[in-house]
Amino acid sequence: MAEDNVILRVDHLVKYFPIKRGIIIQKQIGAVHAVDDISFEVKRGETLGLVGESGCGKSTTGRTILQLYRPTSGSVVFDGVDLVKLKGEELRHMRRKMQMIFQDPYASLNPRMTVGEIVGEPLIIHKIASQKETDERVDHLLETVGLNPSFSSRYPHEFSGGQRQRIGVARALALQPALIVCDEPISALDVSIQAQVVNLLEDLQQQFNLTYLFIAHDLSMVRHISKHVAVMYLGALVELTDRDHLYAEPLHPYTQALLSAVPIPDPVADSKRQRTILEGDVPSPVNPPSGCRFRTRCPIAVAQCAESRPEFRELRPGHFVACILAK
Amino acid sequence: MPDLLLDVQGLETQFKTPDGIVHAVNRISFGLKEGETLGIVGESGCGKSVTVLSLLRLIPSPPGKITAGLALYNGHDLLKMSNEEIRHVRGAQITMIFQDPMTSLNPVLTIGLQLTEPLMLHLGMDKKHALARAAELLETVGIPKAKDRLSDYPHQFSGGMRQRVMIAMALSCNPQILIADEPTTALDVTIQAQIVELVKRLRDELSMTVIWITHDLGIIAGLAQRVIVMYGGYIIEEAYVKDLYAHTEHPYTIGLMGSLPRVDEEGHHRLTSIEGQPPILFERPNYCPFAPRCKYAIERCWKENPALEIVGLDHHRMACWVDTKTGRAR
Repeated sequence: MAEDNVILRVDHLVKYFPIKRGIIIQKQIGAVHAVDDISFEVKRGETLGLVGESGCGKSTTGRTILQLYRPTSGSVVFDGVDLVKLKGEELRHMRRKMQMIFQDPYASLNPRMTVGEIVGEPLIIHKIASQKETDERVDHLLETVGLNPSFSSRYPHEFSGGQRQRIGVARALALQPALIVCDEPISALDVSIQAQVVNLLEDLQQQFNLTYLFIAHDLSMVRHISKHVAVMYLGALVELTDRDHLYAEPLHPYTQALLSAVPIPDPVADSKRQRTILEGDVPSPVNPPSGCRFRTRCPIAVAQCAESRPEFRELRPGHFVACILAK
Repeated sequence: MPDLLLDVQGLETQFKTPDGIVHAVNRISFGLKEGETLGIVGESGCGKSVTVLSLLRLIPSPPGKITAGLALYNGHDLLKMSNEEIRHVRGAQITMIFQDPMTSLNPVLTIGLQLTEPLMLHLGMDKKHALARAAELLETVGIPKAKDRLSDYPHQFSGGMRQRVMIAMALSCNPQILIADEPTTALDVTIQAQIVELVKRLRDELSMTVIWITHDLGIIAGLAQRVIVMYGGYIIEEAYVKDLYAHTEHPYTIGLMGSLPRVDEEGHHRLTSIEGQPPILFERPNYCPFAPRCKYAIERCWKENPALEIVGLDHHRMACWVDTKTGRAR
């Protein structure tokens, strides 16, 4: 059954952050519309790339899925269970199966804990293994991510950025999760180290049948690692399809502009390209434009775009786009 | 070569730290022709920023020190100028824009004040003329309602707009050379494209010479004419941009190209990562600095550090003992 293959279904997910004013009596005066009604599915063992510019809500999406932020409305069905309805012990139990890798390997590891403690902590917290078993598991995990098991008694500052990111990956793997949300896992790393980490993530996916939600702003890396790609703009999805279709035939004007803005490391190919340079900056999510959110920067916008939010419609089989002009 | 605008020979910069001397830049030589755009590419810590900061004598000293070399600009050695003389070059003839526009603008001064300062200092303008010129500059870099924005503070501008202000400031005294140190790294991809297009347009309109420092081989491909690749404080390859991408010679540059996924790539190729870590620069190795990570390394690589030599047409220079096409010693 194809239906069983879907490990994560996000349905009309909304997350607003309230803006409050007042010292003793706080009044809500507005909201940051960080994630505003998005829906998508991820199949087991696949990678969904979520791309967008900074502030578009892609990290908030990742965190809301994991219930690190509780959503304003909508549902997140993971492994057949709606996480939004869970609380306390039940939610903690589900958290074993979903983990996260963070962007900044310098900020996400506790500098006062040894590598062994960092990687083993999830096993202790979830009372899965005794101390002795934990030590064995940690050695094995470090080996899996390409680090020497003897490093387990060292502290994070003794490692380079790439090695720290491997430690973060080892910790995420400790509980043998099914889903890993990778929030810009390579953005802080040097080019030659990025490739090492991406190759590692791909190998681990094959080995453990992992599902990734890969959040990034680098379209070339997302193309490389993902099977499907979702493009986000100002809290909403604008386009979603499989990798090759998105890059060969982008239908939304934002995707088209985004793709044409990515430099290609080849002077001949780069000089032949048609470029769409977007004007201006992304508007504030506190007060997003009416109708289509992209219309203020859209090169082809018409009056109708301001009227209502464009439906996220399936224009071609498996190719969703939120634009009334897309054909 | 007499037609060089900037001729750097044997530049060496070191930093004294409690743990020992860091050899940040090791006797590198390169030239810059008038009107040319030179890209300097490398990963963090390879010495690319230190190189240009040394040229403008912006290295904090101590701990930093330029220990050897010449940097001839219009026949005068930048490294031997008095502080007074270099101050006239800096900001007026050679200017620089930096990676993070938030930390390079003063948050408590208005944009207008910061823009008029170099005009009054270097060109001796009075305040009224300087303000008019400042508004003109903001318009040139594409800031709408420029006149009204002169009284705004940096925090009232977005990241891309701030970088435009930085560019306006750098252009204010009609410099001959603009040095851009990773100016788009902190920006989003659509804003990055705006800034790159802006610099290209201004370069052509004002016939400026540009040095663009980046870690992104993609940006360089569409922007530079000549490219220098640095590793561990050395220049390891230098070529015209088309030549570099079509006939990559050095194992490190080949590795870098292989680790880049391409947005126009079809199907799926595994990335060829470079194993290991970038070097720590506490000693100047007597072997090739890339040898510990190099797939092609032969015995000689561990015995001698190769010099930068011409290996191909059009002054294509490279520092490697191995011919990467055959995998044997050259």
